[in-house]
Amino acid sequence: MTRSARTRLMTLSLYAVFLALVVIFVLLANWEAIKDNFFLTEGFTGNWQDMVFTGAKNTILYTIISFIGGFVLAVILVLMKLAPIAPFRWLATAYIELFRGLPALVVILFMGFGVPIAFGWRPPGGTVGAGLVALMLVAGAYMAETLRAGIEAVPKGQTEAARSLGMNAPWTMASIVMPQALRIVIPPLTNELVILLKDTSLLFVIGLAASQKELTTLARDFMSSGPSAGTATSLTFAALLYLAITLPLTRLVAWMESKQKRSR
Amino acid sequence: MSEMHPSLDLDESAPAIQVRDLHKSYGDNEVLTGIDFHVDKGQVVCVIGPSGSGKSTLLRCVNRLEEPTSGQILVEGIDITDPDTELDQVRTRIGMVFQQFNLFPHMTVLRNLTIAQQRAKGRGRKEAEQIARENLLKVGLADKEAAYPAHLSGGQQQRVAIARALSMNPDMMLFDEPTSALDPELVGDVLDVMKKLAHEGMTMMVVTHEMGFAREVGDKLVFMDGGVIVEEGDPVEVLTNPQHKRTQTFLSKVL
Ligand SMILES: Nc1ncnc2c1ncn2[C@@H]1O[C@H](COP(=O)(O)OP(=O)(O)OP(=O)(O)O)[C@@H](O)[C@H]1O
Ligand SMILES: [Mg+2]
Repeated sequence: MTRSARTRLMTLSLYAVFLALVVIFVLLANWEAIKDNFFLTEGFTGNWQDMVFTGAKNTILYTIISFIGGFVLAVILVLMKLAPIAPFRWLATAYIELFRGLPALVVILFMGFGVPIAFGWRPPGGTVGAGLVALMLVAGAYMAETLRAGIEAVPKGQTEAARSLGMNAPWTMASIVMPQALRIVIPPLTNELVILLKDTSLLFVIGLAASQKELTTLARDFMSSGPSAGTATSLTFAALLYLAITLPLTRLVAWMESKQKRSR
Repeated sequence: MSEMHPSLDLDESAPAIQVRDLHKSYGDNEVLTGIDFHVDKGQVVCVIGPSGSGKSTLLRCVNRLEEPTSGQILVEGIDITDPDTELDQVRTRIGMVFQQFNLFPHMTVLRNLTIAQQRAKGRGRKEAEQIARENLLKVGLADKEAAYPAHLSGGQQQRVAIARALSMNPDMMLFDEPTSALDPELVGDVLDVMKKLAHEGMTMMVVTHEMGFAREVGDKLVFMDGGVIVEEGDPVEVLTNPQHKRTQTFLSKVL
């Protein structure tokens, strides 16, 4: 057999294996049960508006709030890391290591239950406020590391050129280094936005009031109440809504990264 | 002209640059081992020497991009090694041009030329833009003010970098191998701009491998090797009749 014939045979048999797997799955799956459990469309029609206009809306709102808060925190942490005074650098490093080392769920539980009891202090906004503060604290730590990498990726010659023109250190940071660093970190920051969006589902554990429920909490409710109770249909719908937001974002990141690679 | 700072006490009779017993070490590696030299006002001093001899380090000490280990550097009579000296203010008087251009890639050519005028000299936008345009005209790039650096050739980028430095109205210019990163056919344009500057009486300190430039416009040629100045003098004299063995060896390799 020639080389190309062997390659062709190999490709064909891989297709055959794939087809066989699909056929086996289709034949063995209990389509009736799958449909009833995940796609019970009858009766669900009453819930979808809540899912979109309360659940998805809150999920997006919480993502944006904690992203902005986390970003501001990250900028502060990065400036502390670059500070000439060592204790500031230690503090920022300790913070970043701590919050990157803890599961987000633990931080949320701490803010939701531990802190109000131990310190008698409740973050503004009640339960959901506590959860959002927790998400910000965690996101800030990750974004600080991303930002630092971005700042370090700006060539040293940029700082030297600005300083040699007499610009002071703060101006050099603000108008020369930061704008370039931000451009570099837009793709990784968008990735963090996606992670944050998924992490808002963790707020499920702190008991949100009806109007504050995000997508996962609401989907869980509709698994045990309402017309599609007893099935996972609401969860399927929630999953589709998550994907409708996250997939375009991850595609966007891939596109931006390939563009950055080409322009280099 | 609206300057942000009170003017410095300039010593009019002092040389533009005066370096006294300058030492610079990186850890255990002593890169400059006692440099003494000066650049007079209006002089063009060219610095040559083998790679690693400390030329860039010396140049970068003059505007304190590098911190000297010991010794004294006076710029127009002001001791820039004194911790009380307002460094940012002195730096606005010293233009610097780098081998890699170091233009700001996220800004247009015009913005590259105005940003430091506004941030470091406190000039208004209108005034800064007018000065920027004059200097773009001078380097022959008046039509490129709206372009971004990435869309310019190396030679054009370096001329923009020169115009950027000139826009601060510096009293002197430092050049660190300004043509070494350029394709050979683009070197001429940059050298022409530098020659024009020299003829206008700009004080210049130029690290270069362009012996033709040194011969033609240099008032003084400095040969460095191993962190010291081995020989200095009239460029034609040094190039045609080097006194030291190390100078002879170096020149026989590059000429
Ligand atoms: N930031 C630094 N840290 C440690 N060593 C350095 C640093 N910068 C320069 N050096 C060392 O100092 C010596 C002199 O470097 P310098 O760049 O001044 O040489 P140069 O004469 O400009 O050489 P070239 O012609 O290659 O540019 C070299 O041995 C170099 O390795
Ligand atoms: Mg050098």
